[in-house]
Amino acid sequence: MPASRRSWIARTSTLALGAGAAGWSALLVLAAACRDDLGLAMVVQAEASATSAEQTSNFQVPPPPFSAGVFPCTDCHDPEIPVNTNRRELKTAHQEIQLRHDEEHRWCLDCHDAANRDMLHLAGGALVPFEESYRLCGQCHGDKYRDWRAGVHGRRTGHWDGEKSYLLCVHCHNSHAPAFQPIEPMPAPTPPRRTP
Amino acid sequence: MSHGCDAGATSGLSRRDFLCALAGCAAAAAGSCADPTHTPFFRDHLKELTPEDKARLLRELEQEFSARYGKPVEVALDSPRPGVEFAYALDISRCVGCRRCVHACVAENNQSRDPEIQWIRVLEMDKEKGVDFAHADPYYEADTVPRPGHFYVPVACQHCRNAPCVKTCPVGATWQEPDGIVVIDYDWCIGCRCCMAACPYGARHFNWGEPEIPAEQLNPKTHYLGNRPRPKGVVEKCTFCIQRVRAGLYPACVEVCPVGARKFGDLRDPDGEIRYILEHKRVFVLKSELATLPRFYYFFGV
Amino acid sequence: MRTLRAFAEFVLGSLRIVRRGNLLYWAWIAFLLALIVRGVLAYATQLEQGLVATSMRDQVSWAFYIGNFTFLVGVAAAAVLLVIPAYVYHWKPIKEVVVLGECLAISAIAMCGLFVTVDVGRPDRLWHLVPGLGRLNVPNSLLAWDVVVVNGYFVLNLLIATYLLFALYLRKKPDPRFFTPLVLLSIPWAIGIHTVTAFLYNGLAARPFWNSAILAPRFLASAFCSGPAVLLVVMQLLRRFTRFEIQDAAIWKVAELMAYAMGVNLFLLGAEVFKEYYSSTEHLAHMQYMFTGLAGHAPIVPYMWTAVGCSLVAFLLFLVPRTRRSPLTLNLGCFLIWAGVYIEKGMGLIIPGLTPDTLGEIYEYFPSRNELWVSAGIFSIGFLLFTLMVKVATPILLGEFQASVRAEQSGTEASLKPT
Repeated sequence: MPASRRSWIARTSTLALGAGAAGWSALLVLAAACRDDLGLAMVVQAEASATSAEQTSNFQVPPPPFSAGVFPCTDCHDPEIPVNTNRRELKTAHQEIQLRHDEEHRWCLDCHDAANRDMLHLAGGALVPFEESYRLCGQCHGDKYRDWRAGVHGRRTGHWDGEKSYLLCVHCHNSHAPAFQPIEPMPAPTPPRRTP
Repeated sequence: MSHGCDAGATSGLSRRDFLCALAGCAAAAAGSCADPTHTPFFRDHLKELTPEDKARLLRELEQEFSARYGKPVEVALDSPRPGVEFAYALDISRCVGCRRCVHACVAENNQSRDPEIQWIRVLEMDKEKGVDFAHADPYYEADTVPRPGHFYVPVACQHCRNAPCVKTCPVGATWQEPDGIVVIDYDWCIGCRCCMAACPYGARHFNWGEPEIPAEQLNPKTHYLGNRPRPKGVVEKCTFCIQRVRAGLYPACVEVCPVGARKFGDLRDPDGEIRYILEHKRVFVLKSELATLPRFYYFFGV
Repeated sequence: MRTLRAFAEFVLGSLRIVRRGNLLYWAWIAFLLALIVRGVLAYATQLEQGLVATSMRDQVSWAFYIGNFTFLVGVAAAAVLLVIPAYVYHWKPIKEVVVLGECLAISAIAMCGLFVTVDVGRPDRLWHLVPGLGRLNVPNSLLAWDVVVVNGYFVLNLLIATYLLFALYLRKKPDPRFFTPLVLLSIPWAIGIHTVTAFLYNGLAARPFWNSAILAPRFLASAFCSGPAVLLVVMQLLRRFTRFEIQDAAIWKVAELMAYAMGVNLFLLGAEVFKEYYSSTEHLAHMQYMFTGLAGHAPIVPYMWTAVGCSLVAFLLFLVPRTRRSPLTLNLGCFLIWAGVYIEKGMGLIIPGLTPDTLGEIYEYFPSRNELWVSAGIFSIGFLLFTLMVKVATPILLGEFQASVRAEQSGTEASLKPT
């Protein structure tokens, strides 16, 4: 390849990269500033995946226990429509959800992503799919997340001598009201009776 | 049916052969020889049986149980895995006293329904008193659990490293296997109940009557030292679901616990749950002053 | 050979003796046989249903049968209370009646064996205990040791009694080279059987009521104070109904020794009571169950206080020479001491040891009707054995039942010295 062609390629590539990076950052700033659904979700997600390296999922979990018909959320939530991010009591949908999960300080959009309704988001903004919701829970409940990774928190099934099988947090805990409610016990043992 | 009276042992005259010859196997013992519902009357201790003897023993039991319950029953005698040492951990900050472990155990391990035998006993205790057996109640009834002001401590065999029951058995019918499980040979036990007097945890249970299990509820995958149907007049207890754990599975109680309070694994596995619990949680054992050194740890997960 | 024939004649002669008796004798035999039959029927029920026919359950897994066993091991050990003065101190008044003690020991051990047999869940597997056939877990298992020493004691006493009676039947003196060591051996062996039985209980750390170092001394003291009571009564009966001359001194000496043993027994009981009530730990619960009831459960409290009362009164009756020597109070004392120790050692040891159980549960055990019938049957077997043995021994000791002259003239072994 002649030297002039090589230098042309080098110059053009550098320019393109620089422009791309600048445009990208601008978009990020814009997205962060407006929190508007501008179809940037895919972009942001790719970024998020790259930065949260240690969370790559090697936890095989069953599918998230969605209620019937509720997923994907975008079936109802049109990405084009701006989201009202003000905290309020929901009147037209999802009223049956009783939030009892630090509701003094948190509400729906602290976990559910406003821009991409089919995803959750971490405190830093990174998106996580529902299949990896443990990463979100683990942000606040770090000690339980560590225990869960070791197989010590949560119901243990499968093989003690092989790959551990995991459940999502939400398979046992209702994400909106995670505390376990009292359950009905099974019958008591029969007290011994004397033979006459 | 060919009974163990044929002198098939190539290593010389076994005790059984000698006795059979002496007793005139064809005569008085002919009844039990020909009767497939009884194991051979004169047999040696399990640890002295040859592999062929053991295979025959298992086959005879399988025939007996399959006939009795009307479905194919399997009786295995899986050996312990070398290098494995089982241990158990129970999170009493999480147990809610729902008793699902008790009933899962009964179903998995073919315990008699009438008379009722339950290997696990869930004790309800007072939060103000702490772990206090003198005021514990296994017969609590409630609409829902946990009941306010109470916590729950399930107790079953602790598979002690220094087991008083093993020490006291006069015929060596109970012993600790290399993988840590304390087992009972139900066909060797004479039912003297010394072990029950010796056990500090009330973990051993006796077949006071003929055990009854409805055939449709019988678990047909059994282990000779574990959940095979037991005869009247012998002692039984938790075996860590030996039929499951030696196949790599978790015990039934671990799998069924809805709050994940029960943990089980290989003590020697550095990545296992038990080592993690010993490292990161504070464990205690019941009645530690008796120096039984249980393999069953209790801890507080939260 | 000649000795064998003489022995055969001895046996046949004994059988003839036990068939002779007055109305009272036959009424007693009939009564015992009736109870035995009833006991066998009850045991058949138990074999069929399983031990659920008793009132034992997981929470109280040893009870009436084992309580009786424990008491009777003590009775068997107490035969030595006659042996010591006779053979160690060469006190003649007792020497003649030592064999009665051995007969009692044999009957008691037979009953012990029967109580264990009816208590185990699988009597068809008892052969597992025989070393060589099965597997006997010595040295670890105290019950295995108990099997060894108790059976050994049985054989020892059987040997001594048979040898002595057969020798007297042949008008020979027992060869001291053979006989005396056996008799002297029975002393530590008697202590041994009851110590091993005590160790069976006090080695169990799971049962704090039993896990006490003074359990073995208590067992021995209570055995020595109660076992000979039967012998005292029998000796008086023999004196009254046969030509047997038993000196008062013998009877009073035995009663005196029993008094001292009861004193030790009461002292040890007091020591236990102090320890439990003063330290007042959780382990007090067992003693409370015995003496005051626990959490509203008090089924054995009246029995325990009865036992204490009987023991105290008997102690005083035997201690005070005047009451010891008066037949009425002596026999009352015998009855009270037997009753007191029977209750205290049988029910008063086993039940409180297991109540509350290891997980704090209280199950109110009380023997079932079936258990009582089986036990009555076993006691009847023991009493029958003892009756028959005494029936044969008495004429031998009196010189009324002896080998025919022909047997003697045809020569006997050189080792037996002629009288």
